[in-house]
Amino acid sequence: MDASVDRIARPWGSRTPYDRHEPWPSRVDTFLADGIDADSVTDWVQAASILHSDGDAMDIAVVDGRIAGVRGRAVDRVNRGRLGPKDLFGWQANASSDRLTRPLIRRDGRLVECSWDTAMERIADRSRELLAESGPGSLGFYTSGQLYLEEYYTLAVLARAGIGTNHLDGNTRLCTATAAEALKESFGCDGQPGSYDDVDHADTIALFGHNIAETQPVQWMRILDRLAGGDPPRLLCVDPRPTRVAREAAVHLAPRGGTNVALLNALLHEIIRTDRVDHDYLAAHTVGFDELASEVAECTPAWAAGICDVPAARIEEAAELLGTADRLLSTVLQGVYQSHQATAAAVQINNLHLIRGMLGRPGAGVLQMNGQPTAQNTRECGANGDLPGFRNWQNDDHVADLARVWNVEPETIPHFAPPTHALQMFRYAEQGSIRMLWISGTNPAVSLPELARVRAILGQDRLFVVAQDLFLTETAQLADVVLPAATWGEKTGTFTNADRTVHLADKAVEPPGEARPDLAIFLDYAARMDFRDKAGGPLVTWHDPESAFEAWKRCSAGRPCDYTGLTYAKLRGGSGIQWPCDDGAPDGTDRLYTDGISWARPDDCETYGKDLRTGAATDADEYRASNPEGKAMIKAAAYLPPHEEPDDRYPFQLTTGRTLYHFHTRTKTGRAPQLNDAAPDVWVEVSAADAGALGLDEGDLVEVSTPRGSLRGRLRVTGIRTGLLFVPFHYGYWDTKAGSGPDGEVPGRAANETTVTDWDPVSKQPLFKTAAAALHLVERAHGEIAPAPTTTASAPTRHGSVPDTAGGPSAHVTEDTE
Amino acid sequence: MNGIDLTLRTLRGGECRLAAELLAAADRHRADHEVRHVATDLAHWSQEHARRLAEAGAGQEQAGEDTRAPGLAPDEDNPGLLLLRDLSALHLAAVENSLHWEMLAQAAQATRDEALLALASECHPRTLRQMRWTNTMIKNIAPQVLAVSPAG
Ligand code: SF4
Repeated sequence: MDASVDRIARPWGSRTPYDRHEPWPSRVDTFLADGIDADSVTDWVQAASILHSDGDAMDIAVVDGRIAGVRGRAVDRVNRGRLGPKDLFGWQANASSDRLTRPLIRRDGRLVECSWDTAMERIADRSRELLAESGPGSLGFYTSGQLYLEEYYTLAVLARAGIGTNHLDGNTRLCTATAAEALKESFGCDGQPGSYDDVDHADTIALFGHNIAETQPVQWMRILDRLAGGDPPRLLCVDPRPTRVAREAAVHLAPRGGTNVALLNALLHEIIRTDRVDHDYLAAHTVGFDELASEVAECTPAWAAGICDVPAARIEEAAELLGTADRLLSTVLQGVYQSHQATAAAVQINNLHLIRGMLGRPGAGVLQMNGQPTAQNTRECGANGDLPGFRNWQNDDHVADLARVWNVEPETIPHFAPPTHALQMFRYAEQGSIRMLWISGTNPAVSLPELARVRAILGQDRLFVVAQDLFLTETAQLADVVLPAATWGEKTGTFTNADRTVHLADKAVEPPGEARPDLAIFLDYAARMDFRDKAGGPLVTWHDPESAFEAWKRCSAGRPCDYTGLTYAKLRGGSGIQWPCDDGAPDGTDRLYTDGISWARPDDCETYGKDLRTGAATDADEYRASNPEGKAMIKAAAYLPPHEEPDDRYPFQLTTGRTLYHFHTRTKTGRAPQLNDAAPDVWVEVSAADAGALGLDEGDLVEVSTPRGSLRGRLRVTGIRTGLLFVPFHYGYWDTKAGSGPDGEVPGRAANETTVTDWDPVSKQPLFKTAAAALHLVERAHGEIAPAPTTTASAPTRHGSVPDTAGGPSAHVTEDTE
Repeated sequence: MNGIDLTLRTLRGGECRLAAELLAAADRHRADHEVRHVATDLAHWSQEHARRLAEAGAGQEQAGEDTRAPGLAPDEDNPGLLLLRDLSALHLAAVENSLHWEMLAQAAQATRDEALLALASECHPRTLRQMRWTNTMIKNIAPQVLAVSPAG
C-alpha cells in the first residue's frame, strides 16, 4: 500500500504494528526531487545513512549524473526500508551552490584559491619542517565521525606509523568515547554486546539519557511498532526533558543534571535488596559483585531522591520494572555520556545487566549507543585514541603484532602513553607544542566546549591549521589551508553502525569541481611524505577504497572486530552484515557474549582499565590479579557531586542536545530546505514554572549566560524539569553575517559559547550537560515564537500556543507497506 | 607521646598538606582542566582523612599550616614543566602519606587496635588511588612536555 506522508509533521511516519518475537515488517520510504518519478531514475546506487548512527540502508536515485532522491532498502536488517527525516532530505545539501570546489590557502591573512598541488605541497612542507624541528609530537590530527572505514584506517596508519605521532583523535570523542570506555571497563574490550533485533524480543526497554526518538529515529519507529502490536514492551525513560520516549514510558524519571550515578546506585541497591540477581550468571561470568553490593548498600531510593530530585517511589517503580524484566534491553546515550561521572554511570548500566544475567540472549542486551554515524569505525581503526583492531597499547605483544601487520619496528608506533584525546590536543596547541593540526570532516569551532577559547587556539599564528571539509565551515574560515572534500554519494567506502552492522556505500555521482574523496587526500599526503616500512617499501600499499578495505581486513584478522569474511561483493546487493564476520561466522554475528565473555583475558583485553573516579590507569599485574580468567568486571562507583552547581548568580542548570531535524553542526542539514525550515534557529527551553516565576513567556528573546560566554535565543516553554535550561547545540555562524563567531552585531548563537571545559577523567569525553547558567530577558516576544519544532521534546506545554511544525507538499514522502 | 600518636599526628599533617597542595595545584593549573577538576575531587579525600585522624587523636594544632606550595616556581611561562613539577610533588606527598598509613596499619595489628586498623584500611586505598592518578598524569604528559618544545 502506498501512502504519502508529510515526514516533517510526522517524522516517524505510519505504523506497521508487529508482535513480540515476530520479524519487523518492512515499509519502504521514498523521497524523490520535485518532478522526478521512479521511472525517470537512471540508476539506484546502494548506500546507507551517515547522518546518525542507525546506518539506515538506502538506495540513491541518480538522474542524469545527479542525485535526485533516496529510497530505503527493504531487505536491510537495520531499517527494513524505513528512513528518518535526515536520511530523506539531507542529500540535497550535496548539491548546494556553496560547496567548496577548489583548495584554498591563506595569503596575507586571506583564504584564496590555489591548485591541489600547491595546497598539498604546503602541507607536506610544513609537516617535514616540523618533524625536523620538533619531532612527531608537534603534529596532530583531529578527524570526524563521518568518514568511511577505509579513510580512518589510512589516516591511522599514516599518523601512527608514518608520522609517528600520538596525537590522533576523532570528534567521536564528543559522542561515543564513553560508550567505548564503558564496554572496555566491563568486558575488557570494545564492541556492542547487543543487536537492534533485541527490540523485537525485549519485554522491557530502558532508555538512559537516550532520546532515541530524535537521535535514532528509525529504531524509534521499531519501538513504536512494537508498542502498537501484541505483547508490547514496557519502557523506562531517564531524561530530564519531556521527550517522545518519556510520553510512551511506563516510568519516567527526570533527575537533576549530573546525578546519574546516584540514581543508578539506588536502582542497583533495590535490585540487590530484593535479590533479583542471577547468581548463577554472576558466579560463572563475573568478578567484583561483592564490591558493588557493599558500595550500594546505603544507596536507598530515599537517599537518591534527595540528590536526584525524583520521588523515591518512582525510583522503586523503576527498579521493579528492571528487576522483573524477563528480557531487558537497555540503551544509553548522551544524557549519560556527556554528563558528570559519565563512564562510572555507563558502567553501572552494564552492571545492571551483569547482575541480572541479561546479556547474550535475544531481547537481553545493552546498546551503548553512538550518535556519530561512523564512530564505530574510528574506534576499530584506531583513529579515536585507540590502536587499530582493539589492540592494547599497554601490551607489548599487541603492539608487536600491529607492527608486523604494518611491517614496521614496534618502536615506530608510539605507545609510551595512551593516544592523546581531543581536548588535550587542543591544550597542547594552546601551549604551543602542537603546531600543526589537520582537521578532517569536523567543526570544532562550533562543536567543542567554551568556543571563545577554541577560536583563540585555532586563530594563533604559530598553529598551522588544515581543514578538510565540504563547506567553508566556522573552522575552515580559521584555517591556513582548506581542502575541498567529496562526501557520501560521491565516493565509495564502508561504515559500521552502532550495532556492528557493516554497510557499503557506493559512489553515485561525481563530486563538484575539484573536490576529492578524503581517502584520495590522505593517500596523496602519504605519497608526498614518502612514508616507508622497515623493508624500504611504501608504508601505505593501497590505492583505492577496495584495496584499503582489504588492507584493513588483514589488520582486523583474529581481533574481536574481525572483518575477514567480508568483501565489497558480499556487501553489495544484500543487507548489512554484523562483525565479527570470518570463517567461523560467515554471515556475521548478531550478539556478542552469548557464551560468556570472550576478550577480557589478561593477554587479550584491549585495556587494563582505569579508576572510575580518577581515570588513573591500572597496570597489567593488577589486572591479572583481579581478573585472571577474563570474566566480565563489575565495577562500583561512589556518587560525586558535579563540578559546577547553580548558585545565586547562575541559578539554572544548563544542558545541550540535539533535535531530530539536524545533525552535528548543521553543515548539511542546515542546507536541506525541509530540515532547515523545521528548526531554522537556536532556541532556549525552560519549564512553565520557571518561566512563570521570571515573568517570561513563549517567544521572548532571552540571553543564556555562564562564566564562559553567552548566547541569545527565543524562549520555548516546555515540560522540562524545573531549574533546567536546554539549548540545541547545532547552530553556529556560517549562515549569519558574522561568519565564524559572534561579533559586535551578531550575538552568541552557539550553545558551546557557554559550556564548560571539563571532561570525564575515564573516557575523556567533554561534559556538555552540567553547566550552571543565568537567564535574562532581552526583548519581549511581540508575536514572535521560538523556532523550535512542536513535534519533538521541544513541544510547547500549552497546546496550540504556536503553530504545529509541518513541511507541506515539499516534505511528502511515499511509504510503501505490504 | 608514643610512636603511634606521633605517626597519627605526622600523617594528619601530611594529609592536610596534600589537601592544600591539591587545591593549590587545581587553582594554578586552571587551564589544564583534568588536573583542575580531579585534583579538587581528590583533595576532599585528604580533607576527610585529616578529619578522621583528628578524631582518632592526632591533635588539632597547626597540622595544616605548613603548605609548602611546591612549584610556585620561576618557570611561569612553561606551564607544562610547572605542571610536571607540581604533579611530582603531589605524588611524593601522597607516597609519604601512604608509608605512614602502612606504619599505622602495622602498629594497629601489633596492638590489636581494631578501630585504628579500620581507619587505615578505609583510608589507605584512597591514598594509593591518589598516587596512581599523579603517576598516570605524569606518564601521559611527560613525553609531550619534555620532548616537544613549544613554539615561541
Ligand atoms: S552531534 Fe550527535 S553525532 Fe555529533 S557528536 Fe554530538 S551526539 Fe555525536
